Amino acid sequence: MAELNTGGDGGKGGKVRSKKSNPGVDLTAMVDLAFLLITFFMLTTSLSKPQSMNLAMPDKNPEDTTTTEVPDDRSLTILMGKDNTLLWYLGQFDEPLVAPSATQYGKDGIRQVLLQRIASVKSVYGEDKDKGLIVIIKPSDKTHYKNLIDILDEMAITNVQLYAIGDISEPEVKLLEEKGMY
Amino acid sequence: MAKVKVSKKSTRIDMTAMCDVSFLLLTFFILTATAKMPDPHPVDAPASTVQTKLPEDNLATITVGDNEVFFNVLGREVRRKTLERISEKYNVPFTEEEYTSFSLMEGFGVPVNQLKGLLAMEPAKRNEPGYQKGIPFDTINDQLSDWIKFSREASREFLNEEINSGKKDVKYVDLDIAIKGDADEDYTTIKRVIDILQDQKKNRFFLVTGLRDEDF
Repeated sequence: MAELNTGGDGGKGGKVRSKKSNPGVDLTAMVDLAFLLITFFMLTTSLSKPQSMNLAMPDKNPEDTTTTEVPDDRSLTILMGKDNTLLWYLGQFDEPLVAPSATQYGKDGIRQVLLQRIASVKSVYGEDKDKGLIVIIKPSDKTHYKNLIDILDEMAITNVQLYAIGDISEPEVKLLEEKGMY
Repeated sequence: MAKVKVSKKSTRIDMTAMCDVSFLLLTFFILTATAKMPDPHPVDAPASTVQTKLPEDNLATITVGDNEVFFNVLGREVRRKTLERISEKYNVPFTEEEYTSFSLMEGFGVPVNQLKGLLAMEPAKRNEPGYQKGIPFDTINDQLSDWIKFSREASREFLNEEINSGKKDVKYVDLDIAIKGDADEDYTTIKRVIDILQDQKKNRFFLVTGLRDEDF
């Protein structure tokens, strides 16, 4: 595309000819560059906007000590340990319906558990939205923030409506310790 | 016999118009792009699939990384009003230049008694590592809680002024809070920040995350 003016006045002793200069400039390279920059700015402006996730915590009122009764077969607790480890159980800690078992984060681990449990709750309680699975998320002191986001993300993916972040109890920490997750 | 003449067409196109348009667009994108401000403490936010956008104004961001907490609130007026309240509570008077300098500062992480020193520094030097060690946020010296409380008050006052001055499209909303935590931060630090927010009855907030797909 670009033209190189090679050669020039080769003949010797010839007449000096006034060269006819081309009035049009080759804009190809300039347009190339301009479009490259446009693409760059278009992509960076839309991508740099940070994403975020909404988190609503329950109202913390020291006088309000009422606890809501939750049916055991609907409440699933997730205990989070160190180094991407987690345990889950169904029901209460003292007498769980499904004993605490370890799994991993991601689509093959906790997501399958959640989907299974959601399906089994649905088969017992029907399609009622208020009677779905309740997930209690209990991060321990050694849990990384990333894992908390992972679990909250699973809630969004599996569409669990009722979930809460709770404080981990002493026996639960002990259990994590026994399994080498704390 | 008439000869069929093959007219020789030029292969070159006039690119002037194309060039004009592309540079117009380029100028537009450059001008509308918001320059990314350097953070005093860059953190690596964890990724999630949720795609809620952060609000673009009326927002305070708490950055948490390496057990240090940094605070930033958007809007120059709100920043100035926040600092006025802090100055009153901690009995630290600030000069007019320091107010201006603070209202232009994007995020900081020093205790109140070191704020004067930070404001006296060159803006480019402030973000060098080692100068800002985070805002105290333990139970004994809980300055973060004051910053949040005062910035919420400041935002309320600013919005009220806007409404009273007759601006129609301004609505009263509480200051939004976003927590930008490092992926490797311990949960205890995040928990402490959430507790501070909950103590102020701020139960809804944003967690800043990156983007990923469901296949993880």
